[in-house]
Amino acid sequence: MTAPLLSIENVTKAYPGVVANSDVSFEITPGEVHALLGENGAGKSTLVKMIYGLVRPDSGAMRLNGGPFAPPTPNAARQAGIAMVFQHFSLFEALDVAENVALGMENPPRPRDLARRIREVSETYGLPLDPARRVGDLSAGERQRVEIIRCLLQDPKLLIMDEPTSVLTPQEVDILFQTLRKLSAEGTAILYISHKLEEIRALCDAATILRRGEVVATCDPREKSARELAELMVGATLAVPNRGGAVPGDVRLEVSGLTVAPANRFGTGLRDVAFEVRRGEVFGVGGVAGNGQEDLLAALSGEITAAPEAIRLDGVAVGHLGPNKRRSLGILAAPEERLGHAAAPDMSLIENALLTGEIREGLGRRGFLNWPAARRFADRIIEGFDVRTPGPAHAARSLSGGNLQKFVIGREILQRPDVLIVNQPTWGVDAAAAAAIRQALLNLAIEGAAIVVISQDLDEILEISDRFAALNEGRLTPPRPTQGLTMEEIGLMMGGAHDMEVAHVAE
Amino acid sequence: MIRLEKRPEPSQAWTYVTPLLAVLATMIAGGMLFAILGKDPFVAIRTIFWDPLFNEQFAAFSRPQLLVKAGPLILIAIGLSLGFRAGIWNIGAEGQYIIGALCGAGVALAFYPLEAVFIFPLMILAGALGGWAWAMIPGLLKTQFNTNEILVSLLLVYVAEQLMASMALGLLRNPDGGGFPGSRNLGDYPAASNEELIAGTGMHWGVVAAFIAVIFAYILLNRHRMGYNIRLAGQAPRAARFAGVNATRLVLFCLGLSGALAGLAGLFEVAGPAGQITIDFNVGYGFTAIIVAFLGRLHPVGILFAGLLMALTYIGGELAQFMLGLPAAAIQAFQGMLLFFLLAGDVLTNYRIRIGRAEVA
Repeated sequence: MTAPLLSIENVTKAYPGVVANSDVSFEITPGEVHALLGENGAGKSTLVKMIYGLVRPDSGAMRLNGGPFAPPTPNAARQAGIAMVFQHFSLFEALDVAENVALGMENPPRPRDLARRIREVSETYGLPLDPARRVGDLSAGERQRVEIIRCLLQDPKLLIMDEPTSVLTPQEVDILFQTLRKLSAEGTAILYISHKLEEIRALCDAATILRRGEVVATCDPREKSARELAELMVGATLAVPNRGGAVPGDVRLEVSGLTVAPANRFGTGLRDVAFEVRRGEVFGVGGVAGNGQEDLLAALSGEITAAPEAIRLDGVAVGHLGPNKRRSLGILAAPEERLGHAAAPDMSLIENALLTGEIREGLGRRGFLNWPAARRFADRIIEGFDVRTPGPAHAARSLSGGNLQKFVIGREILQRPDVLIVNQPTWGVDAAAAAAIRQALLNLAIEGAAIVVISQDLDEILEISDRFAALNEGRLTPPRPTQGLTMEEIGLMMGGAHDMEVAHVAE
Repeated sequence: MIRLEKRPEPSQAWTYVTPLLAVLATMIAGGMLFAILGKDPFVAIRTIFWDPLFNEQFAAFSRPQLLVKAGPLILIAIGLSLGFRAGIWNIGAEGQYIIGALCGAGVALAFYPLEAVFIFPLMILAGALGGWAWAMIPGLLKTQFNTNEILVSLLLVYVAEQLMASMALGLLRNPDGGGFPGSRNLGDYPAASNEELIAGTGMHWGVVAAFIAVIFAYILLNRHRMGYNIRLAGQAPRAARFAGVNATRLVLFCLGLSGALAGLAGLFEVAGPAGQITIDFNVGYGFTAIIVAFLGRLHPVGILFAGLLMALTYIGGELAQFMLGLPAAAIQAFQGMLLFFLLAGDVLTNYRIRIGRAEVA
């Protein structure tokens, strides 16, 4: 076995009230693709921030090539050969690719040389990218390539990738993996952070699994099933969602010719969207982020109104009605953004229960609010959906993301909707809670509701939806039954074949 | 190194403690200011806060003044606070106050010298409508053309002042006034006069209206969907849209209500303490009420206390001016400090102070 490139030895880091990493140890050898696996809040981010010089450990040590390694700044980490691609890009949309790359370098070469080197690297690693294009015009996958190339130009020994596939189509993921495999073959170690198990099984040589800041297992992910990995990550056995096998009934929600102007300059709007959802059916809407998902939710919830006939509920035209009129008819929605859209951050859970619940739960009379009833409704949500909070009088922002998501979804489900539209129902939610939310959605469908799930998590959509369509620049593809769809077909539906024809890794 | 750490929830305790701390800090900093000006700080502070209420020599005059001055401040601030909570910034209450006074006085003078019971209620209606209409100008411009209500409402103050000057010199001028600018004195016209209800207290109908407004606002904010929508729109505009709040209606409601209350304050002032429309009728209640609204945490009961406190510093400040010879600017700086310390103290409600090594995270 080769000598480790980087070894982490008994590292501990505590923040007020929470231990982010407790006695964490693992090793990465040159050329290894090492997965760091764990739920949100398991301590993955803190750990890589320490490696990248953003955070210093309270105790423990790190070694790079056998020597002590304690980078005080990211700059020092970069000079030691560590590069990192963040989940959220730090790029200037108004500048072109080469300028963006130059901004991230210590001593950028002359623009002409830089453009040449960008071309060289992009060809070598199968990352097609034109250095002269404006970043604002690039897709999410292409933007990520800018970040990767910026890192590769520094010739790193260790490349850290934080949740790199969350914004990519399946085809783009394939391109990325080919690149990473080539890098690994050349001896670059890769620390790959993710909670997507299939990806890790496809790509990584080793995996360190974190739970609540501690290493719970180190294994070869190729030898474990995704289920085993998930249970290691969660620390509990996971329930398989029960589809119930309900036969879809009459059409409940019918959307035709739905066109919506973009909400702002960077929005996409919707163009001639058409679909229908039947009683007992879960309709999945996929797509890369920013292709009109938010507009679709707003148009269905009534935040944006449209022509009356564009949306029909049980045959009745409702496209022109606002959110509260639609609620009273039975169309409910749960937006993606929990704090600020689905819930008011500084308001209590009681007040947030009232946010959408007044009409259907009878929490008011002629405008006067019935606080005891609102409190009872909030208590029912907290109890029914296992929301962890000291009490309903606490502010929404004091809840963790997963708990607030359970509250938001629970608030809508308990109102017995006829049609429920959810956007990213399990985004940032731990695996056990995500399973519970999906099961609740399926149960609602079994009881006769029509459900629209908008999600960027394809595994989720495949798991719970009966039919699937993808949003691409505000257009919706014709829906297809989920059963039998391959990842490749889904990728094509998402229109994500950006630069497929040139995506060949140089051999 | 000192740094601020965001609290998971706003601290309830600090919400109540910071106003007291702000008053204390103002006394200390103000005392230093007065000391630099060569006055005994303790005497100055006592003159401002204590003498107006309890000094045997002045209290008989200044104690009623407390309610006379606090009444319009509270009435206006209550209206403004509703808008401020919703993120709708009516800065032009001074203008709405003037127009309310003009409309109310106009009704009274139109009926002069008729003695009838309906005149005073009609004046109240006219005052409220006048202020409401003046506030509808920025309201409609905002909802129709997306103009900035801060600018429009503020600039309309100067229009209102010019209008008032022209009225005092023209249409409403006292025909028996020997050519002097200014209207008839409504104090001499019993049917239109807003007299002191209980002698020696300063209590007049405007003060009653202010107390009613406090109760009304409290119920609105805590028990009614409209108040809930106001708070929601201010805290999370997207969530408000999701909850089905009609933004246009909310803007018009908040601006209209604050305009109507400011107009009422103007009417009660012109029919009572001021007595007549003059060129310099307005003394800045509409602007000071903005401070009162924030000093009172945009909370109805807080505004009640803040209005009384602000009135006290006005009366005490005047007293300090002629007793101690403090310059008017020093008194204004003193009042400014109060707002400054209060807003600075607000940080403690949402953040806690940590002393320790900073960390890049």
